[in-house]
Amino acid sequence: MTDNHPTTEDRPAATDDRPVATDDRPVATDDRPVAIDDRPVAVDELVRVDRLTKVFPAGQGTFGRRRGAGAGVRAVDGISFSIARGATLGLVGESGSGKSTTGRLLSRLLDPTAGTVTFDGRDITRLPSRQLRPLRRDIQMIFQDPYSSLNPRHTIGAIIAAPLRVQGLASDSGQAMRARVRELLELVGLNPEHYNRYPHEFSGGQRQRVGIARALATRPKLVIADEPVSALDVSIRAQIINLLDDLRAELGLTYLFIAHDLSMVRHLSDTVAVMYLGQIVEIADRTTLFEHSLHPYTHALLSAVPIPDPASTRQRDRIRLHGDVPSPRNPPSACRFHPRCWKAQDICRTEAPPLADRSPAGSLGSSPAGLADTAPTEPRGPSPTGRPDTPPPGPPDTTPAGRPGTSATGSPGGPPRHQVACHFPEERTVI
Amino acid sequence: MSAPFLQVRDLSVRFTTDDGVVRAVDGLSFDVHRGRTLGIVGESGSGKSVTSLAIMGLHRRGRRVSIDGQIRLDGEDLVTASSARVRALRGQRMAMIFQDPLSALHPQFTVGDQIVEAYRVHHRVSRAAARRRAAELLELVGIPEPSRRLDDYPHQFSGGMRQRAMIAMAVSCDPALLIADEPTTALDVTVQAQILDLMRDLQREFDTAIILITHDLGVVAELGDDVLVMYAGQVMEHGSVADVFARPEHPYTWGLLQSVTRLDEQRDDRLRTIPGAPPSLITVPPGCPFHPRCAYREQAGPATGTVRPALVEAAPGHRVACHLPAEVRQRIRAEEVTPAR
Amino acid sequence: MTRFVVGRLVGAVVILWLVSVLAFVLFFVVPKALGNNPAVLFAGRSPDPATIAGVTRKLGLDRSYVDQYWSFLRGVFVGRHFDSGSDRSWCPAPCLGFSFRNDQPVWSQIVDALPVTASLSLGAAVLFLTVGVSSGVLSAVRRGGLFDRIAAAVSLAGVSLPVYFTGLLLLLLVSYKWHIIDNVHYVALTANPALWAWNLLPAWIVLSLLYMANYQRLTRASMIDTLGEDYVRTARAKGLPERTVIGKHALRPALTPIVTILGLDLGVLFGGAILTERTFGFRGLGAISIDAVNTQDLPVTMGVTLFAAFFVIMANVLVDIAYAVVDPRVRPR
Ligand SMILES: Nc1ncnc2c1ncn2[C@@H]1O[C@H](COP(=O)(O)OP(=O)(O)OP(=O)(O)O)[C@@H](O)[C@H]1O
Ligand SMILES: Nc1ncnc2c1ncn2[C@@H]1O[C@H](COP(=O)(O)OP(=O)(O)O)[C@@H](O)[C@H]1O
Ligand code: SF4
Ligand code: SF4
Ligand SMILES: [Mg+2]
Ligand SMILES: [Mg+2]
Repeated sequence: MTDNHPTTEDRPAATDDRPVATDDRPVATDDRPVAIDDRPVAVDELVRVDRLTKVFPAGQGTFGRRRGAGAGVRAVDGISFSIARGATLGLVGESGSGKSTTGRLLSRLLDPTAGTVTFDGRDITRLPSRQLRPLRRDIQMIFQDPYSSLNPRHTIGAIIAAPLRVQGLASDSGQAMRARVRELLELVGLNPEHYNRYPHEFSGGQRQRVGIARALATRPKLVIADEPVSALDVSIRAQIINLLDDLRAELGLTYLFIAHDLSMVRHLSDTVAVMYLGQIVEIADRTTLFEHSLHPYTHALLSAVPIPDPASTRQRDRIRLHGDVPSPRNPPSACRFHPRCWKAQDICRTEAPPLADRSPAGSLGSSPAGLADTAPTEPRGPSPTGRPDTPPPGPPDTTPAGRPGTSATGSPGGPPRHQVACHFPEERTVI
Repeated sequence: MSAPFLQVRDLSVRFTTDDGVVRAVDGLSFDVHRGRTLGIVGESGSGKSVTSLAIMGLHRRGRRVSIDGQIRLDGEDLVTASSARVRALRGQRMAMIFQDPLSALHPQFTVGDQIVEAYRVHHRVSRAAARRRAAELLELVGIPEPSRRLDDYPHQFSGGMRQRAMIAMAVSCDPALLIADEPTTALDVTVQAQILDLMRDLQREFDTAIILITHDLGVVAELGDDVLVMYAGQVMEHGSVADVFARPEHPYTWGLLQSVTRLDEQRDDRLRTIPGAPPSLITVPPGCPFHPRCAYREQAGPATGTVRPALVEAAPGHRVACHLPAEVRQRIRAEEVTPAR
Repeated sequence: MTRFVVGRLVGAVVILWLVSVLAFVLFFVVPKALGNNPAVLFAGRSPDPATIAGVTRKLGLDRSYVDQYWSFLRGVFVGRHFDSGSDRSWCPAPCLGFSFRNDQPVWSQIVDALPVTASLSLGAAVLFLTVGVSSGVLSAVRRGGLFDRIAAAVSLAGVSLPVYFTGLLLLLLVSYKWHIIDNVHYVALTANPALWAWNLLPAWIVLSLLYMANYQRLTRASMIDTLGEDYVRTARAKGLPERTVIGKHALRPALTPIVTILGLDLGVLFGGAILTERTFGFRGLGAISIDAVNTQDLPVTMGVTLFAAFFVIMANVLVDIAYAVVDPRVRPR
């Protein structure tokens, strides 16, 4: 959710009141994809998501039977972010937090309930299905399961060529198409001679390479990788991660990288967003997120990841969350993390913390802990759950820095800013 | 130290299939003591699950399966014991938890019934008494409102609670040996941490010997006392967790350690990888099974492709199966492996 | 759960109503549209116009279809009068009309035939279920073994031999050659339970042979699936005896598809096991409906059809409820 101050105005125009970014922000230690030169507006954004929401209607029980009416599942609840061209946004969070749904909304495999998705400067939120085809060329997905995502009755060549055919990018007859498929096979490290083989003749890692080749066939601009290595063996994972890394450099791809494995996300992403029950609770460049995170949930998540080094992993600060993620059908009020949060106060149960800007200490002349004291505590929206269909439009964020907020990642002109949705943000070393 | 509770000697498990003989486990030996945890790591298909099912006596013996070697549980050999005897020990002295708790629990019986059943096979008590015990067990594994949750079905539990219920069932008869086959692979990291804590607590309380099977080196580093690195059904390296992580001896272990990303490191270079993929166990490479993927096979001499390296002690209690001379290994480790991490 | 059951029942009533409309259209509207006046059928071989007119009036064939259907529906629930001007007869509820052939109320014919059909189908069901399921379980457990192969051959023979062949053969043997049961005929259960069973036994066997094979194969396939499930491995890991593992943990989920098929089969059987009834000379619903069709006795045909539909639909409702009982995941909260 972007701007969280209730006003009487209706939905604002999508982006026109966005402030022009300035480059007075401190440069984070790691900003690979951003500014190539020093001009204030250096990086253009490929994707901008604004207050995106998806509600799955209630009553879709097992066997298609209607269950008692309910509020529906707010799988994604008013999230905003942007991804700069050539950058990678990592999306992490527990199962059911809405990561895959976000990915499918971006690629318009699902229709958003509310909010907007801007891709390459164009609002694609309400594109009619007729106009989706060119979009599918630009946005491709890689899925987790390399076994079920490839049709066992088609040859590798046919599988990779399918998107080309659908898009009419190459003639059927073709030499050209065959050449392109061979090129793609080579690109992902498979033998071009494998053209006529079937998926079952390949190992999991090789199949995932085929999946990647298929995704790259149409020369997409954005690749959404939903747990692309979770089903693979340890030694194969590294190969695929390297491949994704190489392809990004070679083809200038932009990634939305969804994964459970936080260390993998750290390795591959520029910016990382942490999701909890459909909302982004913290977003920052990777160094900040992994070393100076402020949200208790991020701390819990990081502290739970074992490190393959017995000496250090056993001496870490342990945070153990109790219980499981609550059902998104019936999320807790105000701060959704409060039933599991050890720092929760009364205000956490009554007022939803806004996703507010917490720029790095140096630039503000105060420590992040200091920021916490003056943190704005306005609720996110008029209702406790922060319903996004009545979006509070944006007067500028009143963070201590006084800088207007645009919930942006890799936003024009500088590195991603650090945003946290917590009333009591505080740095804590957990790794 | 007292005698090991579980002694596995030269264990081999072979399956006869239409495609050929699968040498799923080939000459495996290790010990597990009470109160200690042995981590078994290896990629999928390296024989980890087959090993655990062999210990539990869960392979259907017959024409298609052959098990050789010794599995001594508290001195008693399970390979030669009658199936009735092994069944009596199962659930009683040794118990097992599985990777996917949703499919491992019966969907049509309540969680309470399933725990009661596990307890009553080995104890002559009334249903009511067993139910009280089941409630205690749910409480022990940290499920709130245990008496009420007894009547829930597994699908009404969350993933983490299902695995807790599975653990409650496994420890219902105070087993001395607990085998956990990838107990947290299907769970979120936050829940994984809870489950690993629970296993650690239970071990402290009941002095259980634990075999923890995983492909996640982090999980072993977190919970293991000893670690056994398996590849193609064979032991590559075996030693204490401290030794193996600090001074890994085997090229495969090096590969595993280098190819994983670590949460406490931020690197911009490419990851080191192990080329190729694990072999089919029908056609295990001759000599060292790892040699087709090993970067150091040249330095180990020609024997590496023909002669299977023996598992020898590199240091007290630290065994490794590799033809590389000790000095060469130490040099490579010092120059290439440790600095890279 | 109550809401679920009530919901299913309401659904069943709606479907029954639709079936009744369909049957009405099929038996009264379509023939007329095709130029077959039902009144002619009723009136006998060479009827004079006056008789036809009387019949038309009596059956209400001169009234609108909606009116006719309404009278029919009223008849089912509260009974109705048939009035041809000269004579007037009362048909008590549930009224499905009178037979064109013998002027008996259709309902009383059905009531007479029902115990025969019920004895035949339920008895056969018990037989084919026990034998089919247990041999299926055994086949699954000893997959590829001798028993499995013999059972496969026997069940293949069972489905491929027609009832009139096996039926007549059995009848010939028990009745004429060995004289074990002379003159096979239906004896009411209330009259003499032993004789009831003894006389029905050959028919049960013949009918079961037909169905047993299906249940054997279905159980086998279903058991092979569940035996490979993780929860069966868990049951073994607990140290349960193999008997419990198979009979409880593997069999119970394997029964789910069997319950479905059983519901459908029972519904159909209750509509009348036509060939078997004929072969053994039992006057069940099957025999009645065949006679009715042969003699173009529309009210009886329609009555039996509706009755059979009623059983098929009820069987389906019972299957749904049985599902919910057997499988908690289907159970509504
Ligand atoms: N088609 C659907 N109908 C109803 N609810 C759905 C549907 N798809 C997803 N959901 C619900 O939306 C929520 C978010 O699901 P999503 O798949 O995005 O989670 P995720 O973060 O990708 O989880 P995981 O890590 O398990 O992949 C979950 O509660 C899920 O049950
Ligand atoms: N019942 C079986 N029949 C034939 N092959 C088997 C059987 N069970 C396991 N295997 C094979 O044994 C090897 C080791 O399997 P497993 O122990 O499950 O590996 P993991 O280390 O992933 O647990 C695999 O190649 C597997 O295909
Ligand atoms: S607002 Fe912050 S402190 Fe309060 S419950 Fe939420 S995460 Fe915890
Ligand atoms: S024996 Fe040879 S091939 Fe095997 S690990 Fe050692 S060096 Fe590599
Ligand atoms: Mg997902
Ligand atoms: Mg396994």
